[in-house]
Amino acid sequence: MNDLKRFINGIRYDKPLMVALLIFALMSFVVLYSASGKNISVVGSQAIRLTLAYIIMLFIAQVRPDTFVRYSPHFYAAGLVLLVVVLVVGVIGKGAQRWISFGGFNLQPSELMKLAVPMVVAWWLARDGLPPSLRNVAIAAVLIFVPVLLIIKQPDLGTGALILASGLIVIFLAGLSWRVITVLALATAAAMPLVWATMHDYQRQRVISFLNPESDPLGAGYHSIQSMIAVGSGGFFGKGWLDSSQAHLGYLPESKTDFVFAVFAEEFGLMGTVLLFSMYLFVIGRGMYIAYNAQDAYSRLLAGSLTLTFFLYFFVNIGMVTGILPVVGVPLPLISHGGSSLVTLMAAFGILMSIQSHRRILQQ
Amino acid sequence: MLNIPLKDHFRETRIFGSRLTIMAGFVVVVTLILLGRMLYLQVVHHKHYETRARANQISPVPVPPVRGLILDRNGIVLAQNYPAYTLEVIPEQVKDMDATLAQVGSLVTLSDNDQKLFHKQRRSRPRFESLPLRTNLTEEEAARIAINRPHLQGVELHARLQRHYPLGGLGIHLMGYVGRINEEEASVIDRTGKRADYRGTLHIGKLGIEQNYESLLLGHVGVERVETDARGRSLHVIEREAPKAGDDIYLNIDARMQAAAEQMLSGKRGAVVAMDPNSGAILTFASMPTYDPNPFVNGIDQESYDALLNNPDKPLINRALNGQYPPGSTIKPFMGLAALESGKIKANESVICRGVFRLAGEPRPYRDWKKTGHGKIDLHESIVQSCDIYYYQAAVKLGIDFIHEFLTGLGFGQSTGIDLKGESVGLVPSRQWRKARGENWYLGETVVTGIGQGPILTTPLQLANSVSILANGGRLMQPRLMYARENPVTRERHYSQFSYKQLFSEEHKPQLDAIVAAMTDVVHGEKGTARRIGWNAPYRIAGKTGTAQVKSIAVGEEYDAEKTAERERDHALFIAFAPVDNPRIAVAVIVENGGHGSSAAAPIARKLMDYYLLPETMPALNNATVVVSQPDE
Repeated sequence: MNDLKRFINGIRYDKPLMVALLIFALMSFVVLYSASGKNISVVGSQAIRLTLAYIIMLFIAQVRPDTFVRYSPHFYAAGLVLLVVVLVVGVIGKGAQRWISFGGFNLQPSELMKLAVPMVVAWWLARDGLPPSLRNVAIAAVLIFVPVLLIIKQPDLGTGALILASGLIVIFLAGLSWRVITVLALATAAAMPLVWATMHDYQRQRVISFLNPESDPLGAGYHSIQSMIAVGSGGFFGKGWLDSSQAHLGYLPESKTDFVFAVFAEEFGLMGTVLLFSMYLFVIGRGMYIAYNAQDAYSRLLAGSLTLTFFLYFFVNIGMVTGILPVVGVPLPLISHGGSSLVTLMAAFGILMSIQSHRRILQQ
Repeated sequence: MLNIPLKDHFRETRIFGSRLTIMAGFVVVVTLILLGRMLYLQVVHHKHYETRARANQISPVPVPPVRGLILDRNGIVLAQNYPAYTLEVIPEQVKDMDATLAQVGSLVTLSDNDQKLFHKQRRSRPRFESLPLRTNLTEEEAARIAINRPHLQGVELHARLQRHYPLGGLGIHLMGYVGRINEEEASVIDRTGKRADYRGTLHIGKLGIEQNYESLLLGHVGVERVETDARGRSLHVIEREAPKAGDDIYLNIDARMQAAAEQMLSGKRGAVVAMDPNSGAILTFASMPTYDPNPFVNGIDQESYDALLNNPDKPLINRALNGQYPPGSTIKPFMGLAALESGKIKANESVICRGVFRLAGEPRPYRDWKKTGHGKIDLHESIVQSCDIYYYQAAVKLGIDFIHEFLTGLGFGQSTGIDLKGESVGLVPSRQWRKARGENWYLGETVVTGIGQGPILTTPLQLANSVSILANGGRLMQPRLMYARENPVTRERHYSQFSYKQLFSEEHKPQLDAIVAAMTDVVHGEKGTARRIGWNAPYRIAGKTGTAQVKSIAVGEEYDAEKTAERERDHALFIAFAPVDNPRIAVAVIVENGGHGSSAAAPIARKLMDYYLLPETMPALNNATVVVSQPDE
């Protein structure tokens, strides 16, 4: 008995983050029940996935941060190998090769990379102290771009772009000089036409329909229009839980996954939205607090990058649903019904909890 | 322990802190942008999106009105509606039409005709409206479709009202029928701005009463606002604006007399028109042969249609309305009236009839039907005995121009204005008519016009209408088939107004009386040509027989009914009204190739007058007189 109590008391975690995540889990159940058309099995499968994700999160939270440091390159290398493998033998789903099947269990190497890229960049830059030298930044850029290009090749532009962002955030937080940042920003702007030229047709179509959704209201613009109708028709107070006509009558596509926020906004209105945004800001705030108080450069960079990437997921998804960003397949973190991305997300929170809960009082 | 120099540590913390602050600012700014966007969508443009969400779900579905019934004067139903399962397809919702049709064909029988009609209609119906593929599905077929409904996108099963004519071909030529709206009719509907009225309606009156009173019978379309899901399936009705049923139409026709007339003409070709000479109400409007209109409602198959079209008896022709016949001797009472009215011939002036008439200086003989002649004949006897010689002479005396003018005044060569479309007007020849065709008028033609031969043509309807003038004391009536229209809900009735033109004033009564007296002796006189129908009549009848030549007989040759082929025999005509002292019914009968008017046509008129004037003799409608057609065959 005492052993068990000691074991439970010995579990390291971050209480504010934990409470917020549990509230998110409850919100997810509530929204998914409505978005799925009162399908309790959808909520059930989400609960199972969440439980698994919590276990992984808590498991990771017990690992000491210096273990992450030590194994970052190995983890990254393994992810890279799997990315190459997926391009060769991967399962084609939704027109893209993203999965490797291990006897019923699907592994998506790009999910690993969401963690591995910021980890390896943080590891590389922290080794020689901050701010990083230009040489180290260049090597970090290579570390970022190799997996990103492989992922875009699958093709999965959304994930690729977000992983790119997570790596670049590490470099930014590490203190890359503003002069270099300005030069790179200009170079990126100049390279845009080249990016357009290498894009797939469906990717271009998404961009076009984003710029003018009404140009093809039943085709590529359909998602955008229907989700804006859902959000807008919710109004200030919303239509009430289970009363999203857009989702229930089937006008809203992907209402359980990428467009779940449209259901939420339709049912709970601006009031609910403000509450939801506050929840996200709280989690992001806590993540930045953990990053700020982290005791070594690696932990700081990693915690900061993971937190800000989380924010980017939130921003890209909400932006997509409200029609200010093109339709890219990015789920709403912590709410959308979904498997591997949820596990990755919770693993990231596990890393944050590990960083926070393994702090020691430093001798000043 | 981490081996980091303390100074570097502070510097790192400072750099990281400032960078983190920048990112925090970024987070706040971006979140505010998102909030602004939410405010824009959910508050500023909330109304717009709310409307669009509603428009998404709610689509107006037209509810076709119930078409008005058509009934006879006694309330016997001649055209009705019955509910039937209809299989309909919305082409825009079907991905692969051939596959869908094949699939439907495996569940219910689809004839080539069904498919042909379906494809034909695809061109004439507005987009996103359902098109009928099969009508009158059996319960079993409907159930089979219902079960497979989830696999049949764009295919719908509706219970729709179908038009049906329970008495089959009875009165088809006055009733007409409804049929599917064709391309031409659809474009007329569009041009006249009636598109909205026909939403959800597949049929339109094609002929007869159904066509003439289309706007009364149609009613007004209703609308159901139906909540639909993204696949277009109806979930439930939110609000409903009920359709307004079309008016029921009561006809002046007596279905029993109509049936009797058709039965008496059965196996023959001909027409019977009976009317009330005082109101213009059409009591009987028969044209034989008839045909069953029911197959036409949803499109008759080509084979059956060809059979009707190529039938030598031409059942599709409306003889009462469009049959143009030489009036033969039935023109004589009118010609006699013309003679009296002209002042050139007195009623008591006699001519000697020796059986032959010759124009001065012409060798050609114009023969009387009675070889030996009638001897001394005045106007009265000329009608009673139907003397030709008298009218040869009279016509020459009056001249074709006067004859033309007078007969035209009596309604010959004119539209009667009956409430049917496409009436034929016949022809009263004149010098001018000839001249317009670049030809000359010959006096010989005036001669034969005197006995209703030559180019002169009348319709059975015109004959009935003109004989009514003699019956009602000089009024040219406007014949009316519709007696009243009735709102099926309020039972509010509007009666047809009868209208007429007064042709003869009181001063002309002696002339009219003289003609009527002669016509009475046609039936009741000892020498009357129609005495056969008069001897046992409990009321007095005024009539006139007629025989119209079909084949012109060569000079010197004699007409012999026995030797002439059936199709070349004369048409038999009879016009009459009764009772003479208070006329209530006027009749015109034409039996094509029937031979003599007295034997072939007059008995039919007598029977109808009996039925009308002695109602107790009227036979009820039964299976012997009409073929009652069942809707589900």
